[in-house]
Formats: sequence, structure tokens, C-alpha cells
Amino acid sequence: MAEKLYIEALAEAIKEEFERDPNVFMMGEDIGIYGGAFGVTKGMYPKYKDKLIETPISEASIVGAGVGAALVGMRPIVEIMFSDFMMDAMEWIVNQAAKLRYMTGGQLKVPLVIRSPMGSGTGAAAQHSQSLPAMFAHIPGLKVVMPATPYDVKGLFKAAVRDDNPVIFFEHKLLYWTKGEVPEGDYIVPIGKADVKREGKDITIIAGSITVIRSLEAAEKLKGEGIDVEVIDIRSLSPLDTETIVNSVIKTGKVLIVEDDNKSYGWGAEVLSRIVESDAFDYLDYPIQRLGGKDVPIPYNPKLEGAAVPQVEDIIETVKAIFGKE
Amino acid sequence: MELSKEKLLWMYKKMVQIRQFELKTDELYKKNMIWGTYHLYVGEEATAVGACAALEPTDYITSTHRGHGHTIAKGADLKRMMAELLGKETGYCKGRGGSMHIADISTGHLGANGIVAGGIPIATGAALASKLREDGKVTLCFFGDGAANTGTFNESLNMAGIWKLPVVYFCENNQYAMSAPVNKFTAVKNIADRAASYNMPGVIVDGNDVLEVYKAVKEAVDRARKGEGPTLIEAKTYRWFGHSKSDPRVYRTREEEEEWKKKDPIKRFAEKLLSEGVATEEELKKIDEEVVKEIEEAYQFAVESPEPKVEDLAKYVYAEEGE
Ligand SMILES: Cc1ncc(C[n+]2csc(CCOP(=O)(O)OP(=O)(O)O)c2C)c(N)n1
Ligand SMILES: [Mg+2]
Repeated sequence: MAEKLYIEALAEAIKEEFERDPNVFMMGEDIGIYGGAFGVTKGMYPKYKDKLIETPISEASIVGAGVGAALVGMRPIVEIMFSDFMMDAMEWIVNQAAKLRYMTGGQLKVPLVIRSPMGSGTGAAAQHSQSLPAMFAHIPGLKVVMPATPYDVKGLFKAAVRDDNPVIFFEHKLLYWTKGEVPEGDYIVPIGKADVKREGKDITIIAGSITVIRSLEAAEKLKGEGIDVEVIDIRSLSPLDTETIVNSVIKTGKVLIVEDDNKSYGWGAEVLSRIVESDAFDYLDYPIQRLGGKDVPIPYNPKLEGAAVPQVEDIIETVKAIFGKE
Repeated sequence: MELSKEKLLWMYKKMVQIRQFELKTDELYKKNMIWGTYHLYVGEEATAVGACAALEPTDYITSTHRGHGHTIAKGADLKRMMAELLGKETGYCKGRGGSMHIADISTGHLGANGIVAGGIPIATGAALASKLREDGKVTLCFFGDGAANTGTFNESLNMAGIWKLPVVYFCENNQYAMSAPVNKFTAVKNIADRAASYNMPGVIVDGNDVLEVYKAVKEAVDRARKGEGPTLIEAKTYRWFGHSKSDPRVYRTREEEEEWKKKDPIKRFAEKLLSEGVATEEELKKIDEEVVKEIEEAYQFAVESPEPKVEDLAKYVYAEEGE
């Protein structure tokens, strides 16, 4: 299998979906000759110029128009340049896309993908650095995914385009330039399935998006401390794969949840409650621990910015503390 | 010229300060001293300076992601601006905000903005407050040609139109919103044409002519202060460099850039000052040298300033009582 960058795997998925289904097209700002702010569509123009609809700076109407095109049978992909700007389009995400199916008694459907980069680590400060997937996972009617690897981004993207529901697709900016094995051609990673990224017997780390990569790195280092870490990549926040999580917790009896979003009301709290409400509760031999972003807007200064979200060192320290090692 | 020599030279100096500040910013980024992104204002100096020259120190402005020029023109301290770019505790935002979020409440600057058009409703609200409190202040709202295509542009200008708010909507049409040329992404020829929808005057000016900008804004500010309502001004100008730190500018030609550079607003103003006998070459040269020194001092201040402490990460999330 060929090694590819996350951004390449995603671009491959987009192009393959363009080719597969004439109803698939993409809308967004600067996605043509410029190639998108992060370069996801770089080189697609002019070959796919009929598929790349460049818009003015009008997030509300970009998403709203995506909903409209989806209602009448297209399969739009909307790129929102930074997921922070989705706040401008919340009406059409939350009150329209998420609810039209239900409100119309199943008559309408909205096969729309909204894909967007998220996260800190680039010095872009508070309005260009948030990780907000939990906010969307709270809304019934939306599906929310956040692939962590090149393999998953390609497969999940295809699943998102083919899904008959609105899917919010989060790409952490720091993942774009990470590498991994990606098969040629068509394959699907199903929405709603978590993935055991590393098997271990002593503790379960539950992570998503960038924190998967950080947890895997921490797990390697913790091996030297004699701690065998299992890392679960949640992949999809909504729907959430409780089964994979519960099975792992029954095996290890210890849990650390690591999220990049700020901690209060974060998705880790939901995961925690699913564990506590399940059979796994009886197997816990240590209080469930959570690491999340600090409850602050993302600061500009690089030291402060780094301290605002969980890093590899924080994960290592927290796990060591659970095992009584300082 | 009806303006005093002092005011004219102030305008010249501000434009040179902006140019030099931006060139220094670019240099520092290339030396890896600037962590985040920034948007250079080079080529657009006449719009910020002409507009702010028509305001009182107590008037308000709202700014954009491309905000260094507005901030300098409204009177901010170069040292604290430079310190902010370097993420220092002595910066305007104590290192928390960076280039895109500089605000200076002491000069009536309500903030740059990372969100395109973010300042448009905010300016509208500041002007509403002035109307309610009858404080006689005017708000000037800077925004780009790209921002004019957002929904809130329509909502805000309509509100200002019906309430006759003391606000000047000042569009810096620099021909592009990132890679999007204005003529392909805006349905009307001139953004100022939209003023008709809001029952306010729409004025087009040469944004590379600082005196023309000043005149148009002064008239609009005077109207606003007299309670006659808002104005939409469109200044046609050009950004010389890329949109942000890394932009190879594949969406436009080098020839087009050269054409606009011939209309350098600083050079044009200098020539005018000389030809009309307002200033001598020595006087302008002295100003240029002063600015070089000021920029160097700002840089030194920024470099020597301390960084914010990680323990203070959560400071300023909420306003504390009595602060
Ligand atoms: C709501 C929103 N959408 C998109 C962006 C990304 N973005 C930043 S600046 C910019 C172009 C703005 O163009 P314009 O308003 O003309 O200002 P200029 O950069 O030309 O000064 C874009 C698309 C953003 N910051 N906010
Ligand atoms: Mg512009």
C-alpha cells in the first residue's frame, strides 16, 4: 500500500467522488485556482472546474444553498475555510439541515457534507483555531466525524458523501501533513464505528482526531514505563460507537479520555457517561480521567497556545499518575 | 490645500509609518519571529490615513484582519503593536490576540477582526449607542470588498439607513478577496452602488489619493455628526503583496501589480507636497528617517519585552467585577 499524506488522501477521495457521481460537486471560498486555504483542492482546477463552485464570502448562504441543492437531489460538499466560520452558517446547519427530514415526516432528505479544518497549533488565534465538533454532535439530525489518519479520511469522506444525511466532517489542520497507508481506489470506512488504533491491556485511552496521534505517541513512550496502552480512535462522534468503547473498558478497567475541544461540556463527558451507564462500570478499577482543552479561547502566543490543549506530555503524565508513577 | 501644513505632514508621516511597519513585519516573519499569520496593508496606506484624518480622536473605528494600517492611522503606539505581533505581554492584547485582533480602546479602536465582516454590525451598534447617548461621536467601519458580500452587510446598512445612525461604512476595495476578483464575485459594478438600497449616499473615491479620501470621509463624518445619517464610501485601491503570509498570487498577473505600483499612494502624496510647495525634500527625508528610527525602537521594545506567563492562560476570559 502506498504512503500518502492526509491531505492527499482527502483530495483523492474528493476527486473519486466527483468521478463516481455526477450529482457530487463542491462549493466554497477560494477552492479554484487558489486550491483552498489549506490546499485541499490544489491542482483540481481546471480539470474539475465544473465541479468546483467558487463562492463569495457568504457562509450562511453557502451552507443554505448546499441544503437547497441537496433537497432536490444533488450531493453537495461544502468547504468552510475554517470551522470557526461555520458559526456564520449555524442557522442553516442547525435549524434547517438537521431538522428538515424530521419536520417533514421523512419526505425531505439532506445529503450534504460540510467539511472544514479545525484546531489550534498554527498561531491563528481565537477566531481561527477552535475545535467545536461537540457543539454539532449535540444536534439530533447531524452526523459528525473527525478522521485522524489518511486511511480513515479517505474512507470516511466517501461514506459521508454517500450518506443521505447532513454530515459535518472535521479535519484537524495539523493532520493535513501527516502520513499513512492509503489503498488505491474505492473503499468505505463506515460512519459510527470507532477503531482500536493500538491494542493494549492496562488502560484504554479514548481519543479523536489530533488527540489520537498524540495518544499513540504517548502510548509508545509509556511502553518503556511498563504500561500497555490501548488507544481507541472514536472517529465518529455522532453516531457514537459505544460498543467498541465498552468492550475495551471491560478488558482494561481504566480509562483516559483525551479531547482537543475545551473540556467543559465536551464530547468526553458524553463518552464517560456512556461508560458509566454500561456494563463496563463494574469493571472500572480507577476513576475515569479526562484531559481536554482549557476553557479559554485559543491564545496567540505559542507557549500559551500549546498549553491550551492536551499535548503528548500531558497524556503521559496523566497515565503515569493513574498508575501511581510520578 | 485647505489643510494645515502640520496636518498634511502628519498624514505623510502616518503613511510612511504604515509602510515601514508592514515591511518590518514581513522581515520578521521571514526570520521566523512571527508565529501566526498577518495581512499586509502595503499599497493601501492612503485609505486608512485619509479616513482617520477626518475623525476626532474620540471617534470610533472598527477594523479588519488587514488592520495594521487602520490601527496606526487612528493613533496606536507602534511599540505595543510590534510587541503584539511577537506575542509579548506588553502588546495591545497581552500576546493573546496577535495581528488579527489588535484593539486600542484608548484611541477609539474597537478591534481588528478575524472574521470577515465581523466589524460591520459592531460598528453599527457603536453608532447606535452614540445616537442613544447623544455623545456626538461618529463610528467609521473599515471593511473589504469581500466583506460587502456577506449577509450582515445588508442587515447592518439597512439598520443604519432606517435609524439614520452616525456611521461611515468605508469599503477598501483592493480588487480581491483572497483570490476572488471583485468583478467576478460582486454582482454590481461598484460596491458604492449598493448605497441606493439603504437610502444613503454612495461615494466612490480614488483610494490611492489620500486627500481625495480625506475629503469624502470628512463630508460623510460631518453629515453623520449632524444627525443626517450614514454614508457608504468605496475607495478603489490595491494590495501590493499576497493576501497573507504565504500566497504565490496565481490568480493575478505581475503586470497588473506593476501597473498599480505606479500609483503608489505615498509617492503620489510626496510629489504633491513638493510640487505645491508644502514641504521640501529635506523635510520629507527627515520624516522618513524619523520613522525608520521609530520602527527600530518598536522592534527593540518588542524583542526585549517578556512573554505572557503560561499560568495566566485563563486571565481575561471574563471581566472581573470592578475592572
Ligand atoms: C467569515 C469569514 N469567511 C472567510 C474568511 C477567510 N478570509 C479572511 S480574509 C478573506 C478575504 C477578505 O477579503 P476582503 O474583505 O476584500 O478584504 P482584504 O483581504 O482584501 O483586505 C477571507 C476569505 C474569514 N476570515 N471570515
Ligand atoms: Mg479585498
